[in-house]
Order: sequence, then structure tokens, then C-alpha cells
Amino acid sequence: MNSNDLVQAMDPAGASAVDEPALIAALQRGEEWAFEAMVRIHGGRLLAVARRICGNEEDARDALQSAYLSAFRAVQRFEGTCQLSTWLHRIVVNMALMRLRTRRRKPEEQLVTLLPAFQEDGHHVEQFSEWAMPADRLLEREDVRATVRSCIAQLPESYRQVLLLRDIEELPTDDVARMLSATPTAIKVRLHRARQALSTLLRREFAR
Amino acid sequence: MTCRAFADFLDAYLSGELPRDVLASFEHHLELCVNCVKYLEQYRLSIALGRRALEPSTEVLPTDVPEDLIQAILVAFRLKAEATTLD
Repeated sequence: MNSNDLVQAMDPAGASAVDEPALIAALQRGEEWAFEAMVRIHGGRLLAVARRICGNEEDARDALQSAYLSAFRAVQRFEGTCQLSTWLHRIVVNMALMRLRTRRRKPEEQLVTLLPAFQEDGHHVEQFSEWAMPADRLLEREDVRATVRSCIAQLPESYRQVLLLRDIEELPTDDVARMLSATPTAIKVRLHRARQALSTLLRREFAR
Repeated sequence: MTCRAFADFLDAYLSGELPRDVLASFEHHLELCVNCVKYLEQYRLSIALGRRALEPSTEVLPTDVPEDLIQAILVAFRLKAEATTLD
């Protein structure tokens, strides 16, 4: 098998048609065609992951490149206990997080202003009104999706990261805790606050 | 249960992690407090909207990696492979 065979075997739905054990064996022998096939098969989805986390094209491209080189170095130790796509996903998430750590932090809204406020007796200060559109219509509209993406981008960075890793990338709490050097309990608290903050930002956009 | 405690327990409620006695108190509050019903609905919807906004199938993204990026990755691979061989 060569890279043309592998690339021809790719279907629009993904890499399901590829002979993964053969690809992994070739990768472990250091064959370039296998590396190129791995880039072409998985690169699009991984670049999308890096873009979501990094929030800009330059860092996303750097993260993808670093992830592939890291995968090349580590592939000898890949034991096939998960799919190649899952293994690569975690590597690219780690590389994207490393890029974020080196980036200068942007000024951000304090989280406390996005959390619900309470009176002394424990009641909400705010009276919540209905949103202008029913949930099913909000979920369908592209302009709403763009607004939601903008709201997620406004979250303080450490909260945005946890929201992305847990709710979008669907990584387990324990894995996210390891990636961010935090305890699982801290990640749970941060996720809850991130969701509350996102809800506040969306309320500002969509409440009547 | 107060609205403040209700808000603190939301996440655990949605993931089914509330102990039975707390759950009973949480659901009792939900029956009485219209404001918290709305808060819960909007919290739930926010999670769904976040997922929908960033799920790969709806993102405005090219499906493939730009060719210049693929070539840059392959050049870096060759350099790395050469360095590994020299070692």
C-alpha cells in the first residue's frame, strides 16, 4: 500500500475506509507516505479543533504542525488501545493549550460580573424574562450560532478552555484536569461557572 | 433551598449527581420558584447552543487542511526524520 492507495481509500465521511493497523505499522516504520496519509486523513478535523481552542489561524496552524511532529516522535509507543483519531485529538488539544499559554492574555471581562447575583435572603436579584425566540428556532439559525461563538470568545480564558474541552471536545473531566494541571473538582466548578457566564452573555443577546 | 443554593446545584442536577435528599429539596424549589425554572431552562439551552455553535458540521470551515500547511508539516517531518537517522 502507498499514500495514493490510502488517500483514495478516504471517503467524505472520514477515515473509516482506511486500513488503520496497516497505517499505524507503516508509521512505526517511519514511512513518509504513511505520515502524509495521516496528515491528509485527520488534518481537517484536527485543524478545526486547534482553531476552536486557539481562536486564531496562526496559532492553530502552529499547534497542528507541532501536534503532528509530536505524534511522529510518539508513534512508536502507540499501542492501539484507542483509535488513531482519538490519540491525535488529544495531542492536538495539548498543543493548542500550550500555544494559548505562550500567548499574551487579552483583557477580559471579570467572571464575577457574569455570574448570577443574589439578595441577602438568597433570591436572585434579576427577574429572568423569556428569550425572544423559542429554543428550536435559536438552535437552527446560523446568525444565532455566530452570536454564540462570539459570546464564548468573551469568556475569561480559563473558563472558555474548560467549556470547549468538556462541552465541545467532549473530553472526560479527569483528562481535562490533567491537561490543565487542576483537580477534577476544580474543573467541575469551572465548567459550571463557564456555563453560567455563557448563559448570562446569551441572555443579554436573546432576552426580550 | 434558596435560589443561590439552587444555582450552585444546577450542574450536579443535570449530570444526575445530586444525593437523593438534596434532589428532593432541589425539585421542591423548582415547583415553587418560576424564576429558577427560567434560569434552569436558559442554562440548559446555553449548553445546547454552545455545542451547536461549535460542532464541526455547522462551523464555517474548509474540510481539508490548506495544501501549503500540509507541505510545511511534511518538510518539518523530513527534517525530523533526518535528524533521527543521524542520531
